[in-house]
Formats: sequence, C-alpha cells, structure tokens
Amino acid sequence: MSTKTPSRLEKILAAGHMAVTSECGPPRGSKGEVITKKAEMIKDYVDAINITDNQTSVTRLCSLAACIRLKLMGVEPILQMVTRDRNRIALQSDILGAASFDLYNILCLSGDHQQFGDSPQGQNVFDLDSIQLIQTVRYMRDEGKFLGGDDIDQPPKMFVGAAANPFADPFEIRVPRLAKKIAAGVEFIQTQCIYNLEKFELWMKMARDRGLHEKVYILAGVTPFKSAGMAKYMKNRVPGMDVPDEVVNRMSGVPKEKQPEEGIKICVESIQRLKEVEGVKGFHVMAIEWEEKVLEIVEQSGLYPRPKIE
Amino acid sequence: MIVGQQKDFEEIKKMISSYNRILVLGCQTCVAVSFAGGMREVEILASMIRMDRKMAGQDIEIIEDATLRQCDFEFIDSVENLVDDCDVVLSLACGVGVQALAERYPDKVILPGLNTSFMGLTEKMGVWSERCAGCGNCILDKTGGLCPIARCSKGLLNGPCGGSMDGKCEISSDVDCVWQLIIDRLRALNQLEKLEEIFPIKDWDVSGHGGTRKIIREDLTA
Repeated sequence: MSTKTPSRLEKILAAGHMAVTSECGPPRGSKGEVITKKAEMIKDYVDAINITDNQTSVTRLCSLAACIRLKLMGVEPILQMVTRDRNRIALQSDILGAASFDLYNILCLSGDHQQFGDSPQGQNVFDLDSIQLIQTVRYMRDEGKFLGGDDIDQPPKMFVGAAANPFADPFEIRVPRLAKKIAAGVEFIQTQCIYNLEKFELWMKMARDRGLHEKVYILAGVTPFKSAGMAKYMKNRVPGMDVPDEVVNRMSGVPKEKQPEEGIKICVESIQRLKEVEGVKGFHVMAIEWEEKVLEIVEQSGLYPRPKIE
Repeated sequence: MIVGQQKDFEEIKKMISSYNRILVLGCQTCVAVSFAGGMREVEILASMIRMDRKMAGQDIEIIEDATLRQCDFEFIDSVENLVDDCDVVLSLACGVGVQALAERYPDKVILPGLNTSFMGLTEKMGVWSERCAGCGNCILDKTGGLCPIARCSKGLLNGPCGGSMDGKCEISSDVDCVWQLIIDRLRALNQLEKLEEIFPIKDWDVSGHGGTRKIIREDLTA
C-alpha cells in the first residue's frame, strides 16, 4: 500500500508489519522529563507513542508540548487531540503548531465529559466532534486549506487516526460508526481496551463483512490489569468498558502478590489470540501508569524486535 | 416553554436587604407552569420575606402581583402604578421578563428572583427537562425529532460517543443518552441509514456565537 505522509507508523502498516503503539500520560505539572523518561523506557519496543490530551478531563501538561519532547528525542509521537477544549480556530492552530515540529500522526477524539475531571464547572466547547475533526485534518492536509477556505502555506502532513469502542452501546451501530469514521477520512483506528474477546471478534467480523478492514488499519487496544481491584474498577466505573466476569474472577482467583503477573499473562494471551483475527493490523498497548511493563508484554507476545523503517 | 427555578431564599434575602418597599411580580405564563414564578409562588415568597423580616424586627411592605406575560411590554405597562410605588421590583419572571421590566422602567432597580433554567417541558408533575437549545438552525428532521444539541452532554452531531452504556450517558446513570433515543426512534421509523450520514461542521453563527440575535420582518415592520 502506498503512503500519503512521512509517518513512520503509516510506513510500518503499509509494509504489512504488525504495528505496536503505546501511550504515555503527561504529568500534572511542568516536569517535561516525566514524559521523556517514560518514552526512553519503552521507545525500542513500540513504533509510536500516543500522548493523551487531558485524559478523563484532568488538567495536565499539554499533549502538543509532550509530543514535541518525544520528537526531539527521536521517538515518533501520536498527538491525541480532543474537541472538548478547543474551537475550530484553536484546533487548526494546534495542528499547524504540531506540523511545524514534523509531528506526523494525530488521533482525533471528542474527549471525556469534563464532569469526570478536575474542572466539572468548566464550559465544554465541542465546536466540532471527533468525526468532524477527522474531516478537518484531512481537508487541511489533502486540500491544503483552512476550514474557512483560505490556503495554508505548507499544509500539515498527518496520518489520521481515531478511536473506536466496539463495546459501547448500542452494539448494532458500532460498525456503522466505524464506517462513518472511514467515510470521514480516518486512516488508522486504535480500539478501546479489549477484554471481551468474543465481542471484539464479532465486531471485527461485522467490519469485515462490509470490507472495512481493508479501508482502515485497526490496532487492537489492550491494557494489563495490575490487580483484581483495577479489573473491578474498570468493569464498574469506566464508561464504555466491557470486562467479563470470568476475567475479573481470574484476577481475584490468584493471591494479591501474583496478580500483576496474572494481569500481564491475560494481556499477552489476548494479543496472541487477537493476532489471528483477520483485519487486526497491530496493537495499542496501554499500560496505565505501568509503562515499564510494555517491554515484557511486547516481548512475550512475539512482537519484538520492532521493524526498522526509515 | 421556559422553565425556571426560584433562587435560594438566602440569596433573595441578601439581594433585597436594603429595601423596605418591594413589589414581588410574577409571570403567569411559562414559569407559572413550572411552579416557580406564578401568582401562587409570589404569595408564598412574599409571606416568607414578611416572616423573615418580622423575626429580625424589621419593617417591610410588600406588594404582590403577577403579569400575564412579563416579556411583553403591553402587559408590563399595566403595572406602572405598582412599579412607581415601590423601591425595588423582585421579578419572578424568566430573564426575559426581568430585562423587559428593566427596559421599560429605567429608573427602577429590578432584581431576579428566579434562575432561568432552560427551554423544556413537563415530563410529569414536578419533573421538567430540557428539549431545545435555541441554536437557530433546527436539525430535528435529521435526528428523529430528538435534539442532540440540547440533550447530548457533549452536543455531538455525529453521536453517540464511546461513553454510551445501557442507554445512559457517561456523565450519569440518571441521564438518558439522547443518541440511544435517536437510534431507537430512527429504527422505529425505518430510517437507521440516516445515522451513517456525516453531519457537517455546524454554523454556530446563528446560535448566539455570532452576537446577540435579532429578527426583523420587514413585512411586519413597514
């Protein structure tokens, strides 16, 4: 497959390799080295690293600045951008700012509602939604124009991604929604954390039935559980998350000190199984505040070493 | 209709603390339906204020009335004598009524006794909910007659987001996901294919972000 941007992630996917991405959450302060330290640890085990954009609506160091730090250390960043906090002027402006530092990947999201975070009294923006942001980046890149119609002097060259949650309700519209994001111009998808493998496989089958797996690169999202408590929390408290009872029981069934190990095991087993699913083109390994475990997950899943592509 | 909610009594007390001759003026239209600013609420609030002042050993004189529609100059002209006769007007109308009074009676202090909450309807006795955001460019033909701008917590035009679970919004299990309701209704109308149409970037200019809105009908002004 030919590539449209200088993105290393795009090249790896186009060459037919299973891609591996991970993500780092920026700190709640101005210590930029928190990000570079996390990235230093995992950089040889992944092809690109997402930097979250004030995830769960908790104010943090901005994604763009953190991505620039990664870029300067030679790591490929994926700029996450939510439409919750910026109108179309700010979104386009930040995209250009990112492009000026040669950031080549963007993940277009609407973002969690501000009620979850540290500023529930704040206004949200949602001038655009995630689908319209996908359209915006593609328009800026492919037409070389601002939404307002003026020409951009040196348009951004970004590989455009979005999230998909096969587990949110109603299930019947989850594949049509993927189709809608593809129609908007999305080029890669990172999914919500997968614990219910049967449901994910059904979603992928429905996507394949419409030929969608050939129109977009789908990276399956996985997150290891650190403890049984985390599994229960994810099951009960995180919106849009589907953690089957048997997974929670498996975590609770081992002694506390063995639970982290069990969590990694479940994660690796999931990757092994998902590798066989037609249409899965890679993995997005989200080890939340447990980045050091990305190494062994990638290694044990047979995804190491990463391909060398310039 | 416009749904309102009476302000906290402590807040009202503070607002009127320096006045001793007050007109409490309700409105018999929308806010009377939401039991916030009709004649009955005027009477109850006036009694509370009297009682409070009496306990504090302070004098107060309260005139009680309600206009048919406080957002209409024609109706507020009829209370001119009452307005002239008081130090301050505590209005129990929506924000439009309060401003109409302020515009008509420029020398008089007009205070709001209500918070204007939203444009909505009575779901059942004692329960009101929002339905319209007044965005200036109605899209209900595309969304099965349910408004995502007013009723989706993120106002998403291409919803639902990934936080919709069991028909509820990610912000609370008490809040319906309007996109689930839209899907249910489109399915019932055999129009589910509408969900795959991309809703284009919206022009918010007419929704108030382009400045205060005004409509001029030349056929009527001539």
